[in-house]
Amino acid sequence: MSILIDNQTIAICQGFTGSQATLHCSQSIEYGTNIAGGVTPGKAGQTHLNLPVFENVSQAVKETGADTSLIFVPAQFCKNSINEALDSELKLIIVITEGVPTLDMLYLKAKADEMGIRIIGPNCPGVITPEQAKLGIMPASIHNKGKVGIVSRSGTLTYEAVDQTSKEGLGQSSCVGIGGDPIPGSSFIDILEMFEQDPETEGIVMVGEIGGTAEEEAAEFIKEKVSKPVVSYIAGVSAPPGKRMGHAGAIISGGKGTAEDKFNALEKAGIRIVKSPADIGKAISEEINP
Amino acid sequence: MNLHEYQAKFLFKSYGLPVSKSELIFQESDIDQAILKLNVDSFVVKAQVHAGGRGKAGGVILTKEKEEIRDFCQKWLGTNLITYQTDEKGQPVSCILLEECTDIETELYLGLVIDRSSRSIAVIASPDGGVDIESVAKNNPEKIFKVFLDSSYKIKDNEIKKLSDGLELNKSQNLEFCSLINNLINLFVDKDFSLIEINPLVIDSSGKLNCLDGKINVDGNALYRQEEICEMRDESQEDALELDASKWGLNYVTLDGTVGCMVNGAGLAMGTMDIIKLSGGFPANFLDVGGAVNRESVTEAFKIIVSDSKVKSILINIFGGIVRCDVVAEGIVYAMQDIGIQIPVVVRLKGNNSDIAKKILEKSELNIFSESDLTRAAKKAVDLSK
Repeated sequence: MSILIDNQTIAICQGFTGSQATLHCSQSIEYGTNIAGGVTPGKAGQTHLNLPVFENVSQAVKETGADTSLIFVPAQFCKNSINEALDSELKLIIVITEGVPTLDMLYLKAKADEMGIRIIGPNCPGVITPEQAKLGIMPASIHNKGKVGIVSRSGTLTYEAVDQTSKEGLGQSSCVGIGGDPIPGSSFIDILEMFEQDPETEGIVMVGEIGGTAEEEAAEFIKEKVSKPVVSYIAGVSAPPGKRMGHAGAIISGGKGTAEDKFNALEKAGIRIVKSPADIGKAISEEINP
Repeated sequence: MNLHEYQAKFLFKSYGLPVSKSELIFQESDIDQAILKLNVDSFVVKAQVHAGGRGKAGGVILTKEKEEIRDFCQKWLGTNLITYQTDEKGQPVSCILLEECTDIETELYLGLVIDRSSRSIAVIASPDGGVDIESVAKNNPEKIFKVFLDSSYKIKDNEIKKLSDGLELNKSQNLEFCSLINNLINLFVDKDFSLIEINPLVIDSSGKLNCLDGKINVDGNALYRQEEICEMRDESQEDALELDASKWGLNYVTLDGTVGCMVNGAGLAMGTMDIIKLSGGFPANFLDVGGAVNRESVTEAFKIIVSDSKVKSILINIFGGIVRCDVVAEGIVYAMQDIGIQIPVVVRLKGNNSDIAKKILEKSELNIFSESDLTRAAKKAVDLSK
């Protein structure tokens, strides 16, 4: 077991023939992921990475039986691409693309919810279930099959948590980057719920950052609904208010969404917090094997 | 991206929202013409900067005296206005908005914002306008009225009623408000805004609504499709170093500590700043070099970091996933020799080919301390900054 993707997943890639998609899909295939083909309008009928290229998503789904799409399409065209994926009724849409306008995501998120289709991202590293499937841009080598579920708003900070849990000998059940944008396709709560249900996941690492109230909402949810141990780190204690720190999501204004607020909410909900990103692995190890 | 008040009001006007009669003054020679054209008895004169708190800082006056307008413009044009929202240098004033003075009866608040929790556009109204809305929300939450738009981005009649009742409007004001709010939502959606704040929205002595101020934030991700808005960008209001960095694909924010940072990824960059603080030091900046770390981006990053004279040591923290650490190490050595970096640099390279990277750094005989443990690396950088 795992969450979102496993060795049964059949994926297609939208924006397949682009340079980023080519690099990362070839690594995914090497990892053993079943990528069955891709979509690039105007290039239908060609083969790329020894796989068929289709004109549109519905054709690709019909020919390959895919249930998941991995999207690398540039931000300007991403709304159309995600829309097309939604209309083809895939189960899961993972959007790596950075820079999708917020209003586009508002529309797409509402539509996806209505249709019961899950979007991960945009502006995220993707999803990996070690030794089964990798759909994203994360480095495969640091992951080990294991028992920690990792959910994070950030990319390289996720790798830090992965690396530490691997070093602790715990490994990961699945790792999900939900992305740093203001309107993500999936929230912490969506992913926490899945980890709680997943028998292979024995503990959860949640990596948040300043801005918004997603971590505070997650804290409430964990208190009520999550029985497994959770360790959380929030990036940005040292960030001054009103400054934008890279991710569109990571901006604090008006005293809301500070790291301090989030740590307080998490602690109040009885969640183990770490103030240094270097302490994540050790903390989850202590929580799982007290 | 932020807009000036005068730009916000220009957009309000083009969407049929009520604003005061106004003229713009960019240079001293515009002053007399502007006063003449406006042709009113009493004026409001407002310095245009991307910061709140202008009134308290002396950046806004009410006057009937033309001489006072001239003095004000001569005083502020070309100088910096310092408010509680700016840094100690303040923001440059290159435009002054001259408006007809409005006889204010009541001050209201109206705002539109992308609300992350409800994943919708939230419309917020309060009869207590003209003051800090955060404190109204905290102390008198019953005075805040909210409506969340569905994904059609249309406001329903009962939602308009909820807001206009909350604002305690009379019948004719209700009609005005109905068209105002619809136009404002259209503007928000058409132009990809992430925030509009009208504080205050006023009822004047004749009972009419008027947008007396305007604050707008634009979604930076949508600028590619907002040509008109892009032309309104005023780079003089932005931090020069941050702007320069963005041209190199670097995400840089100046802070006031002594440990310079260079990191790949925004989250890890914040995490690195946090560790520096936990180790007893202070980060001098946030700097995310992004996914494509190469010789050029590392060189530019170094240049930007050392242009801050407060920096006493540098911590480089790169998690090589797709990026190869040996390539990054070569970039660091090249850049340090090229620019002639004298201050100590602590390098933590992790992941892909980090062993080879370590050897490259050791061989270089530069002022580099290689350390693979993040906590120890931060400690070292902090010690060297003291």
